[in-house]
Amino acid sequence: MSFLELENIRKSFGNTAAVELFNLQAEKGEFVSFLGPSGCGKTTTLRMVAGFEQPTSGEIKVGGVNITHQPPNQRQIGMVFQSYALFPNMTVANNIGFGLRVAGKSVAQIQFRVEEMLRLVDLEALGKRYPHQLSGGQQQRVALARALAIEPRLLLLDEPLSALDAKIRISLRNELRAIQRRLGITTIYVTHDQEEALSLSDRIVVMNAGRIEQIGSPFEIYNFPATPFVAQFVGTLNVLQALVVDQAQCHLEIGGQPVYTAKPLGNTPNGGRLSVAVRPEMIDAAGEDEATLHNQLRGTVEDVMFLGAVVRVRLALPDNKIFFDTFNNPHLETPRLGQSVTVRFPREAVLMLDNRVPAAS
Amino acid sequence: MRKQRFWPMMMVLLGAIYFVVPLYATFEFSLRERRGEYSFDSYGNVLSDSQFRDTFFYSVVLALATIVISLGLIVPTAFWVHLKLPKLRPVMEFITLLPFVIPPIVLVFGLIRIYSRPPFVLVSSPALLVAGYVILSFPYVYRSVDTGLRAIDVRSLTEAAQSLGSGWFTILLRVIFPNLRVSLLNGAFLTFAIVLGEFTMATMLNWPTFGPYLALIGQNRAYEPAALAILSFGLTWICIGLIQLFNRGSQGQSQLAGTR
Repeated sequence: MSFLELENIRKSFGNTAAVELFNLQAEKGEFVSFLGPSGCGKTTTLRMVAGFEQPTSGEIKVGGVNITHQPPNQRQIGMVFQSYALFPNMTVANNIGFGLRVAGKSVAQIQFRVEEMLRLVDLEALGKRYPHQLSGGQQQRVALARALAIEPRLLLLDEPLSALDAKIRISLRNELRAIQRRLGITTIYVTHDQEEALSLSDRIVVMNAGRIEQIGSPFEIYNFPATPFVAQFVGTLNVLQALVVDQAQCHLEIGGQPVYTAKPLGNTPNGGRLSVAVRPEMIDAAGEDEATLHNQLRGTVEDVMFLGAVVRVRLALPDNKIFFDTFNNPHLETPRLGQSVTVRFPREAVLMLDNRVPAAS
Repeated sequence: MRKQRFWPMMMVLLGAIYFVVPLYATFEFSLRERRGEYSFDSYGNVLSDSQFRDTFFYSVVLALATIVISLGLIVPTAFWVHLKLPKLRPVMEFITLLPFVIPPIVLVFGLIRIYSRPPFVLVSSPALLVAGYVILSFPYVYRSVDTGLRAIDVRSLTEAAQSLGSGWFTILLRVIFPNLRVSLLNGAFLTFAIVLGEFTMATMLNWPTFGPYLALIGQNRAYEPAALAILSFGLTWICIGLIQLFNRGSQGQSQLAGTR
C-alpha cells in the first residue's frame, strides 16, 4: 500500500471535466511533479489533495486513511503558493509560527521550531522582518518554512518558482530539492516548466486536457515518451514528414533520403505518409560516413542561432526543416549560411508520432 | 505655461472663497457673545452645558455600538462573498446602497410600525436606534471593506491559513481583520461622523442624542450654534485627519502584499 493514493479521481465544473480518471500512487518520501500546459487539470488535482476542491468522484487516501471529505484545516498538508500568500500583517517569525500557534503549542515550543525552520531555509537574521521587506525569493523560502513548520504529512507546491526571476529560480530549485531530500517529506510539485519537473522529480505525471498522458521517471519521460503529446511537450523536437518506402523493413524516406527506424512503423501502408520526430541533441554534424548504420540527412544551412553554450543550426531539406544542436567551441568553425551539411542520428532516435495529432511544434 | 495655469488657479481660488468665507464668518460670529470685543464665551457656554456633554457621550456610545455591529455583520459577509460567491457582489452593492435611496424618515416609520407591537416590541429600547444606524452605515462600511478585500489576495491567504490548520473564526480574526485595518478604520470613522450628526431617526424614536440637541440649540440661541458648528466641523476634520494618518502608516504594507 502506498503512502498517498489517488483513486479514479474525477472533477467537473458544470459540464466541463477538469480532471478525468486520475490514478496515482506515491511512496513516502517521493517527489512527484504534475507537468502540463495551463488548464490541463494539474492545479485542480493538487487542490483536491489539499482539500480546497472536492472531487466529483474518486478517493484520496493518505497513509491508508480516506481523507476525501476531510476539511483542509484537518489534513495536516503543507501548501506553498505561487503568490507566496504570506500574511502581510505578521513578521517572518510569526508567519512561520502561525500553524503552531493555531495548534496551541507553547510559546517556547513555537520559538524553538521557528528558529529551526529559519535555519533550514537560511534566513536566521530575518525573523523580525515583515514580508514586504523581503525579496520574492526570500518570501517564498519563508512560505516553505511556514508550510514545513507544522511537520505536515505531505508537502504541496503550486508553481512556487514561477513568480521569480531566472537565477533565483534555479538556486531555489536546488535548495528545495536538498531540503526535501533531507526531510524525506512526500512532495507533490505542480509546474508547467519541463526543466523544473525533470530536474526535481523522482517521478513526473504528464497531464493534458484533464488526463494523465504518462507517469514515469524523468529519464523515461524524456527518452521514451509514451504518447505524441509527451514527446512534443517535454523537450524540443524535430517533427519530420516521411514517406513510407517499405513498412516491413522500417524504411522511410525524408526529403528523398533513406531513413530507418528501430521501432515498427504501424499501419501506414507503403507509399503513405507519416510524421516522425528526432530530438535535436540526438543529431550531430559528423560529416559523411559510408560505413555507418546511422541515418544520414543532407541539407543546406538556413539559420544559425547562437544560444551561448550551444549553437542551434537549422537545415533545409527539400520538403522538411530540421534543427540540431552543437556545443559552442570557439576554436571550431560554426556552419555558414547556405553551406551544405550532412547530419546523422541513430535509428533509435527516431520517435514515432501518432499521426492523428497535427504536428505542431 | 503661465496662461495654462491661470484659469485653474482661479477656479481653486473661487472654490476656496466659497468654502472659507462662510466658515470664517461663522467663526467670527461665534466670538461675538460679548458686545464690542471678541471672546470664547459662547464656546465656554456650550462646553459647560451638561446637556451638551450628556447628548454627546450618549451619541458616542451609540456610535461605538453601531460600529461594532456593522463591522461584525459586514466583514464576514463581504469576506464570504469575495471567497465563495463573487457573483453576488453586485447584489451586495445594491443592497448596501439602499439607505441612500430610502429616506431615513421612511425607514424609521417602517421600523416603528413593525417593532411597536408584538412579537417584537423594541421601540422602547435604544437597540432599535442602533439597528437603524447600522443600516445607515452599510454603504460606507461595505464600500471600504470591499475595497480592502480587493487589495489583498483573500483566496490565497485564506487557503494558506486553512492548510496551517485554522478554522473560519481564526482566519477572520487573525488574518482577514488585521489586514483590513485601514479599511475598517475608514468605515468606522465615517460611521462615527454619521451617527454623531444624525437627526431624523433619533428624533422620531425620541432618544436624547447629539443631533436633536444641535437642532434645539440652533432654534433657541444666537451665538452658541455657531460655536457648535465650528466644534463639530473641527471634530469631522480630526476624523478625516486620522483616516489619512492611518492610510499613510500602512501604505507600503498593503501595496506590497502578494505578487501583484
